Amino acid sequence: MSLLDIQNVSVTFGATAILDEISLHVAKGEFVSILGPSGAGKSTIFRLLTGAARHDSGKITYNGQPLATKHHGFGFMPQRDALMPWRRIIDNLTLGLEVQGIHRKNARAQVTPLLADFGLDGFARHYPSQLSGGMRQRAALLRTIAQNRPVQLLDEPFGALDALTRTQMQAWFEMRWRAARWTTLLVTHDVREAVALSDRIYVLSRRPARVIAEVHVPAPRPRMGRRVSAEAHAVEAQLLEILLNQTGETL
Amino acid sequence: MQSDVPRRPGRGLARGIPAVLSVVSAFLIWETYVRLSGISPLMLPAPSRVLDQIVLNRALLWDNMVPTLKATFAGFALSLTVAFSLSVVLDFMPRVRRALFPIFVVSQTLPLVAIAPLVVLWFGFDLTPKVLLVALVTFFPMLVALVDGYGATDPEIEDLMRAMGATRGQIFRSARFPSAMPYFFAGLRISITYAVVAAIFAEYVGARAGLGIVILNAKNSFRPDLVLAAVVISSALTLVLFAITALLQRVVLRWREVGSTR
Repeated sequence: MSLLDIQNVSVTFGATAILDEISLHVAKGEFVSILGPSGAGKSTIFRLLTGAARHDSGKITYNGQPLATKHHGFGFMPQRDALMPWRRIIDNLTLGLEVQGIHRKNARAQVTPLLADFGLDGFARHYPSQLSGGMRQRAALLRTIAQNRPVQLLDEPFGALDALTRTQMQAWFEMRWRAARWTTLLVTHDVREAVALSDRIYVLSRRPARVIAEVHVPAPRPRMGRRVSAEAHAVEAQLLEILLNQTGETL
Repeated sequence: MQSDVPRRPGRGLARGIPAVLSVVSAFLIWETYVRLSGISPLMLPAPSRVLDQIVLNRALLWDNMVPTLKATFAGFALSLTVAFSLSVVLDFMPRVRRALFPIFVVSQTLPLVAIAPLVVLWFGFDLTPKVLLVALVTFFPMLVALVDGYGATDPEIEDLMRAMGATRGQIFRSARFPSAMPYFFAGLRISITYAVVAAIFAEYVGARAGLGIVILNAKNSFRPDLVLAAVVISSALTLVLFAITALLQRVVLRWREVGSTR
């Protein structure tokens, strides 16, 4: 039984078709990635879920119910960290809870125990500009998790980081995810990242985006911080081939 | 993880030296010119003479500084209240903004020389016309700064808050208003330098007391030294207000002062 179900959803902005009959589903505790070329409309799927955009046709159900326009079952982590530079880290982390009407003091009490797990111990009183890129990204993730939403939407969360920091963050994130098992929908154009983190991967075509493949990743976890397993390697090769084929280019 | 570069002691002081030097030499040149040329103090008094007048007339200057300061503060408080309230209304109602903004722009094109006597005519010689004129002159830079500042909010932060389920009011309070603060202080600094001048001008046109009245009377009795003495006091007032603004800005925008480690 899937928690989130997107069925035959199409979106058109003006004369431009963005999404074409997209169908995908996410089960509770599952890690699903949406993989596709840049500018394919991956983020538009998130905009539908957070209510920032409307779909023209198709159906989105959450827990079997049609998604209401004012539905807030999702924790959203944008591409850039979008931390408020004028708020200290702790106050950035409590933003989502404050929006939910929780008093700042109580919100702080809820978030503070999580700081250590996210490597932010001792940085609560710092401003975002005092943190490294990796720490800012961890703070943005914690801000998302702290909202206690049943589904996490991560929009290329490591895309803005340098290669080394990105690898470290992916390994750290896999460890955290294995402990918490958040139901997660990840948007990425990084094949290796998708394979390292996901249970299942949807591959989108160029715009207008269609689902051109659904791939299960059977490789055992943990997958980061060790040699890439044969299973993972096979899936990576398969995904690359799908992506390259549909662009009409060959190696 | 504080800034790696330690603050060198006395750096702020050392940075002020060129400014102090240039001001002191300007006054020295002025003083020397007056002494060597033998020009009449009725035409151009030396700085030393102006200083003497300040000391001699300290009671007069003090008694007239108080009403000017009152008008400045009251006018500025009114202006700040109106500018902020209007900015909020305009931010929530773009249509009202399009309707009213041209009026505000026109209000800034009115020559003060023409409008000040009218305001005094309508509201008399008390505090009211002075307060209104100070407000008229100072509110526009702050209003523009606030409205522009709201508009400069990072769209990703607003998208994020919307995804969190925030209302328009929550987005204003937590994102748009704090985003506007650096802009607001830029406008505030411009406004505050106009404020004292506007109060003095209003007094000059018609009032019972104030630095403007001192200047008017001194001019009419051919006392440029006393005119300049009042001018020095008025400049000092503006500088003090400017310094208070700068101090306030450092407190409110402290997040901009912290060092980056990247």
